[in-house]
Amino acid sequence: MTRFTTTQLTTAQPTTAQPTTAPPTTMPFTRTVHTEWVKFRSLRSTWYTLAGLALAGLGITALALGSVGAEYADMTAAERMDWDPTNQSLTTYLVAQLIIGVLGILVITSEYATGLIQTSLAATPRRHRLLAAKAVLVTAVAAVAGQALMFASFFLGQAMLGAQGVPNASIGDPGVLSAVVGGGVYLAAISLLALALGVILRATAGALATLVAIIFLIPGFAGLFPGWLGWLLDFWPTLGAAEVLTTVPNPEYPAPWLNLAGMCLGVAATLTVAFVLFRRRDV
Amino acid sequence: MNLLSSGPVRTHRIDVRGLTKKYGPDTVVDDLSFTVEPGHVTGFLGPNGAGKSTTMKMILGLATPTQGSATIGGLDYHDLPVPLVHVGALLDAGAVHGSRTAHDHLLALAVSNGLPAARVGAVLERTGLTSVAGKHAGQFSLGMRQRLGIAAALLGDPGVLIFDEPVNGLDPEGIRWIRGFMRSLAHEGRAVLVSSHLMSEMAQTADHLVVIGRGRLIADTSMNDFMAANSEGTVLVRCSEPEVLARLLTAAGATVRDGLESSLVVAGLTGAEIGRLAAYNDIVLSELAPQQASLEDAFMELTKDSLEYLGATS
Ligand SMILES: Nc1ncnc2c1ncn2[C@@H]1O[C@H](COP(=O)(O)OP(=O)(O)OP(=O)(O)O)[C@@H](O)[C@H]1O
Ligand SMILES: [Mg+2]
Repeated sequence: MTRFTTTQLTTAQPTTAQPTTAPPTTMPFTRTVHTEWVKFRSLRSTWYTLAGLALAGLGITALALGSVGAEYADMTAAERMDWDPTNQSLTTYLVAQLIIGVLGILVITSEYATGLIQTSLAATPRRHRLLAAKAVLVTAVAAVAGQALMFASFFLGQAMLGAQGVPNASIGDPGVLSAVVGGGVYLAAISLLALALGVILRATAGALATLVAIIFLIPGFAGLFPGWLGWLLDFWPTLGAAEVLTTVPNPEYPAPWLNLAGMCLGVAATLTVAFVLFRRRDV
Repeated sequence: MNLLSSGPVRTHRIDVRGLTKKYGPDTVVDDLSFTVEPGHVTGFLGPNGAGKSTTMKMILGLATPTQGSATIGGLDYHDLPVPLVHVGALLDAGAVHGSRTAHDHLLALAVSNGLPAARVGAVLERTGLTSVAGKHAGQFSLGMRQRLGIAAALLGDPGVLIFDEPVNGLDPEGIRWIRGFMRSLAHEGRAVLVSSHLMSEMAQTADHLVVIGRGRLIADTSMNDFMAANSEGTVLVRCSEPEVLARLLTAAGATVRDGLESSLVVAGLTGAEIGRLAAYNDIVLSELAPQQASLEDAFMELTKDSLEYLGATS
């Protein structure tokens, strides 16, 4: 029976097996990120969703700006002062944040729904590492897709405005690059918020409903907020934080990147809760 | 040729010590201690809700024990540097993403533990899934999904294997395959822990039994001892003079107790020996029936006090 008393992991049992490569002994973090990428890219729905993002995103830009020439012609001089062609071409972020949010949510809730989370955690028992890898993946995908969509929307939108003879912007104009890039950063932050909600709620439907409430419902009912909570709205998605997408200075939001930074802090706080719960809960 | 093994099998024991799990007021696993040895199939038996799955989750670090510990080769699961190389587990065959192919499912797991991609092909082959590797797991039958789960467990060529009810819902052919598979894994020197709520299942697979009921340990015994204690062939005898025969049988070294309707239940002698003894003493036998006290009965007897949900008729 001595053969069976191995109690230390390092004392592998010698056998006469054919010479082979030694098993790995460490797990670098990049490996966990790579795993998440393999999982992400091996689902067809990933690519459908990204295609949907491009289609819906650019489609909305095209629809929104299709007849803006007539609108501009009817504007008063004062209204024309506030004309922000950059922002006009980026309103597609409204829908894009929802689609990117769905991607972020599904990265974790699909594992809860199928029970795959058990297999994932058995393979990667350090829970913070697994969630961090998911966060890195989601942020990277959302940043790339979000930036690509913002740039594409901008150029498509400006081309349409130009074709209708309406004043338009070029990427080198003051504040334009900042607004376009800001849109991509905004979308990446929303994807992380979605991931955090997915972790906290562990169900696609619940997380999606909460995300919709945050990005659409609460902004819709912002007027009902009590005054002492008003400051929150300055950093809220779709509200203050979306000011980063504008190029015409707004006296209410003198430094829109600060508003976006505030939203990122909120996302970070939510993500912290997600990390704590993810480590503590049984699966 | 051994397709599975890419090197020496790293054998470890599973040590469960005083393991306890409470969900709210319910103690689901209660001060459980047992050991799973390499080279054996250890059957983990208990009725529904006994706490088998919960115990396995605690071994795998998926649930946190309220008290006690479960270690693998002396280490907490979380401290295994590359877990799949040491432990392979199949808890729920349904736990795959339906729209991921079998190959990609395994590839992601292999990547996570730095295992060579060739391992994916090797385990697919060993579980007979090579031809469906490119199919979506959602299209798999239950049996194929069980095989995929087993393939995943074998990826790292681990010395410890944990299977939660692997034969549930399988057809006889699938059951036979899994049985043979468990035996061969143990034969290779691995420690195999398999749960079931069917004693008959275990009788043909396990060398060792750990029986629990309501989270408590009921028996921890070798299969042989359990068989000897519980299904040793007794013989039911009916005859004209039971008292006389009982005396004769006892003198011949048998154990005799009274059965139903003035029959005798004899242990320690075969039917032939009893028949010869009766004939020699001119006792007329009206019945001589070897009893196959089933292991299932023994198991029911063992766990009857711990059943969580008793049927309305019982
Ligand atoms: N997350 C949980 N929260 C509360 N109770 C739970 C939880 N998980 C399991 N239980 C309870 O713990 C008990 C044991 O469950 P477990 O799944 O471990 O049993 P089992 O032996 O695997 O049963 P079966 O043979 O039916 O699979 C059950 O009564 C179950 O209701
Ligand atoms: Mg169970």
